Amino acid sequence: MKILITIQGNFVAPRFDMVSEVLIASYDGQQLIGKPRTILISRPSADELCSFITKEEIAIVVCGGIEERHYKYLTWRKMMVFDSIIGPHAEALQMVIENRLVPGTILPGAAGDEAWA
Amino acid sequence: MNLTSLHHIAISEVLNGLPHGIAVLDRELRVMEMNCYLEVLTGYTIAEARGVYGNFVLRSNLGPRGQQLQKVMETGEPISVEGNIINRHHKKIPILFSISPLRSEGGKLAGLLVVLEDISVLQNKNPRIYDGTEMILGHSPRMQEVFDLMPVLAQTDASVLITGETGTGKDIVAEAIHKSSRRARHPFIKVNCGALPESLLESELFGYVRGAFTGAVKDKPGMFRLAHEGTIFLTEIGDLPMPLQVKILSVLDDKEFFPVGGTQKIKVDVRVIAATHRFLREQIQNGKFREDLFYRLNVLRIHLPPLREREGDIRLLLDHFLREFETKLNKSIKGFTTNALNLLLAYSYPGNVRELRNIVEYAANICQGKRVRTEHLPQYIFTCQITTGAHQAEAHETGRQEEDAPPAAPFKTRPGNWNDIEKEMILQALTKSRGNRSHAAGILGWGRTTLWRKLKTHGLM
Repeated sequence: MKILITIQGNFVAPRFDMVSEVLIASYDGQQLIGKPRTILISRPSADELCSFITKEEIAIVVCGGIEERHYKYLTWRKMMVFDSIIGPHAEALQMVIENRLVPGTILPGAAGDEAWA
Repeated sequence: MNLTSLHHIAISEVLNGLPHGIAVLDRELRVMEMNCYLEVLTGYTIAEARGVYGNFVLRSNLGPRGQQLQKVMETGEPISVEGNIINRHHKKIPILFSISPLRSEGGKLAGLLVVLEDISVLQNKNPRIYDGTEMILGHSPRMQEVFDLMPVLAQTDASVLITGETGTGKDIVAEAIHKSSRRARHPFIKVNCGALPESLLESELFGYVRGAFTGAVKDKPGMFRLAHEGTIFLTEIGDLPMPLQVKILSVLDDKEFFPVGGTQKIKVDVRVIAATHRFLREQIQNGKFREDLFYRLNVLRIHLPPLREREGDIRLLLDHFLREFETKLNKSIKGFTTNALNLLLAYSYPGNVRELRNIVEYAANICQGKRVRTEHLPQYIFTCQITTGAHQAEAHETGRQEEDAPPAAPFKTRPGNWNDIEKEMILQALTKSRGNRSHAAGILGWGRTTLWRKLKTHGLM
């Protein structure tokens, strides 16, 4: 199963439609398989990101703000979407693995010093 | 930034009194303060947002990493720029941002004041938004009566009661009345009276003061206060618990109320629009609704006809929604085949326009050709055609069948009354959706609240 997190620096990107970088991790239900990889998106576009997510056969999407139609599209494609997440992407990934992440979570590291890194 | 020189509560009061979203950010662009309007716009409360980076909460398109905010912080020059935000409820809202620097007593830059003005009404190029009546489609004489009445309702400030079956467009009519009224620039706050338990609903409606109950660590303004100078829309008013009915009546009469645990009355200038799918007179007879509240709400009344009584509108709506989804899904569907159209025109639409829209959305998604055929329609339509006879028989018994209603289906293959059939339909939908209530509601053409209510009625939860 693949997990995709839309990222901005060390944080979950605040908007799905303005994402230029994503992190993809593979997960066997208990632990990560290999190291997560980051991929640069050539042009921020929610539509193109949706088709990329579909093509990559992602099972879980972690993101910040997402428009209704893109959210509905991803859930219609049977993906689990944790939206409105604020905070460091490493914390978000850890919480997905521990099955503790819920949509709208503001993670403890959300006010870290590297938000604009 | 030195906020200690000003009384903290006084600042919140000032910010909450302004009709735009306002955020105060510190030098590191973290949220220090937010007013209630911004809480409604973003979906985050100040308790959640305090200390978090401004652009993570606002989620604006003001450049990557909130460039515009940083620019004002660096130059000290205020700017005003149009953009948008995406809120917690997945809604993109066009915003006019006014970002100004805040300086400490020594003149040093201490933070930012960000004002967010919702400009969705100004930006929307669709003229239907401006003219309330054009938000709703229909050529039938029954709808014409509604269109004739709406401008009259918009001009006055009296309470309005909207009645009609589920899916007839009560919410859209309420919003259209608000947008055509003199209160259009002020908030339109919708509260579903059937969705929350009594204790929670009271604090949602009227707010509470700090210390009112365990966990009330700060004052909460409540929906009536958020709707100040605007309109509050109380949907499913028929489900409002009796004790709260008294409080609502008192607000309608005196335009003031006590928040939960409060000792000071709060004055509000709010127009109330209420809606229900229930027969309130029956509710009064059963002792479930106060007669005095009914008469207070029933100053102006508008009844939305069910789709089966809107002669000719089904075809209009089918074409309209097909065009809408054709564009949205980037497909080139030209219309319906004769068989599909006949089936859709003969269907009874118990979920009214909402159900019709869902059926067309389903068909537009499934259809890969130029025309929607019968096999592209949801399966339940075919089973429901069988049940139509039973439904109409019940309507006839209650004296609600219209003269021009289509003749009853010639076959009644299912035993039991409408309640049994409805229960069976719900179970089938839940099985099909593997227990997912949102999907099941979609299949049935109902809202989630309707499905929840019916599950309770049938003892399925």
